[in-house]
Amino acid sequence: MGPFLETLLGGLMVGMLYSLVALGLVLIFKASGVFNFAQGAMVLFAALAMARFAEWLPHLTGYDNKFVNNVLAFAGAALVMVLFAWVVQKLVLGKLVNQEGITLLMATLGITYFIEGAGQMLFGNDIYKIDVGMPKDPMFLFEKTFQGGILVNQEDLAAALIAAVLVALLALFFQKTATGRALRAVADDHQAAQSIGIPLDRIWVIVWSVAGIVALVAGAIWGSKLGVQFSLSLVALKALPVVILGGLTSIPGAIIGGLLIGVGEKLSEIYLGPHLGGGIEIWFAYVLALVFLLVRPQGLFGEKIIDRV
Amino acid sequence: MAGRPIGEVILDVHNLSLRFGGVKALSDISFDVREHEIRAIIGPNGAGKSSMLNCINGVYQPQEGSISLRGQTFRHMNSRQVAQMGVARTFQNLALFKGMSVLDNLMTGRHLKMRANLFQQAIRWGAAEREETEQRVVVERIIDFLEIQPYRKIQVGRLPYGLQKRVDLGRALATEPQVLLLDEPMAGMNVEEKQDMSRFILDVNDEFGTTIVLIEHDMSVVMDISDRVVVLNYGRKIGDGLPEEVRTNPEVVSAYLGTVH
Repeated sequence: MGPFLETLLGGLMVGMLYSLVALGLVLIFKASGVFNFAQGAMVLFAALAMARFAEWLPHLTGYDNKFVNNVLAFAGAALVMVLFAWVVQKLVLGKLVNQEGITLLMATLGITYFIEGAGQMLFGNDIYKIDVGMPKDPMFLFEKTFQGGILVNQEDLAAALIAAVLVALLALFFQKTATGRALRAVADDHQAAQSIGIPLDRIWVIVWSVAGIVALVAGAIWGSKLGVQFSLSLVALKALPVVILGGLTSIPGAIIGGLLIGVGEKLSEIYLGPHLGGGIEIWFAYVLALVFLLVRPQGLFGEKIIDRV
Repeated sequence: MAGRPIGEVILDVHNLSLRFGGVKALSDISFDVREHEIRAIIGPNGAGKSSMLNCINGVYQPQEGSISLRGQTFRHMNSRQVAQMGVARTFQNLALFKGMSVLDNLMTGRHLKMRANLFQQAIRWGAAEREETEQRVVVERIIDFLEIQPYRKIQVGRLPYGLQKRVDLGRALATEPQVLLLDEPMAGMNVEEKQDMSRFILDVNDEFGTTIVLIEHDMSVVMDISDRVVVLNYGRKIGDGLPEEVRTNPEVVSAYLGTVH
């Protein structure tokens, strides 16, 4: 039982991070019908900004306090993401209103390459460190119940907590504020939302900003685990199977999908690995997504799309 | 009609033409709408009624002609700017926010009246909260008016069609429009629902003094509730006047019933 729980917990924590990236995708897709291929690149870009700001700040201010530095760097990077959202809306999506979904997807593909390049040009292309002072030591839980206890990585635990808090805050924002209500309205019906005076362009800037800040949180957490490097934008590719599983239009779907994939890949690695030769973690998510596409293409929570003929 | 004083011209459509590529949806149409009146636009399928409404609403930009509201002419406006000028609309194929409750749907209609910014809302700042409460009062009045109190918290997508149509009307009313555009408010309804809807339209007009422009297929309903009627056929205006005048206009009769050979 001990090892099983240990794997399960590990999976949940990785899954929470997949959920975060997927959440960014779902937010943008719901509000604007744009499948944002750039979400992964945004994670990298935001993490790069934060890592470098944290590094530059002490030199600029001559004041070296890790906590203050990290907070300022985070705020700075968040500001960069809001600015990025505004630029995307003004220069790209604002010009492509009422275009086909595929056109918008291609535009976000362009944005992906652009910010991957721009990020490395502005912030450098080495491996950078984000050190938010997360506890690194593993700890043991339930040592009395199970022999040897359950090994839990404290860093993972903290990360999962942060992610959970962020998700809860977002849910509150969407359900309880007037702007959140307007966002949901736009997600349900653009034209009707506009006819009662909701400004679409401003709503889209807000959605992209929120997605950018979600990307920043994901990037900061991943970055502090693995270092900020180019591969970060590839880790984010795991968000694709997550949204296929959870449904592109469902926020709970993104979260549950992420957790399922996180848990699934860890468990299958441990329990199926010995029979199939290991390395399952790498492809598990994609095969699961493929199965879902064949069996339930709208995902677990997505809306079934019925086209009138 | 009742004692509503019909006022000055509030909406003036002048020589309007709309083309989609080579297809002429509307050609050279002029008519006016007076304050407080119920003005119907009728015509057979494909006559251009919905296109006309979409032009007034800023969804389509006509190639020629002009539309003016209270003497202010607008040509290149989107629906949002039109909404700011006090024009609201309902939709033929229900465009409600299906995932949201009846109450939330109507509250979105108050968006233009809200002043608090995003951060004030996020930290639940006093003024933002007060504003929400004030808007809520207005919305509750509309809910009472439309007799949909029992469904306030229900997700709109789960309501029967007739009630959804009523919510659609409520959302438009929540913007406190001067001019209300109704796109086939009675399409797909049974007789009883049609009667309810007619009553609500008349009440809106009577109690709030809202000017109403409505498109309708059902001739009998239109004749009963409207003050003046415009008839379109194949994108052209073929009749304009009081219901009785329009009903006996030979061109209108032949458009609806086919020409007698």
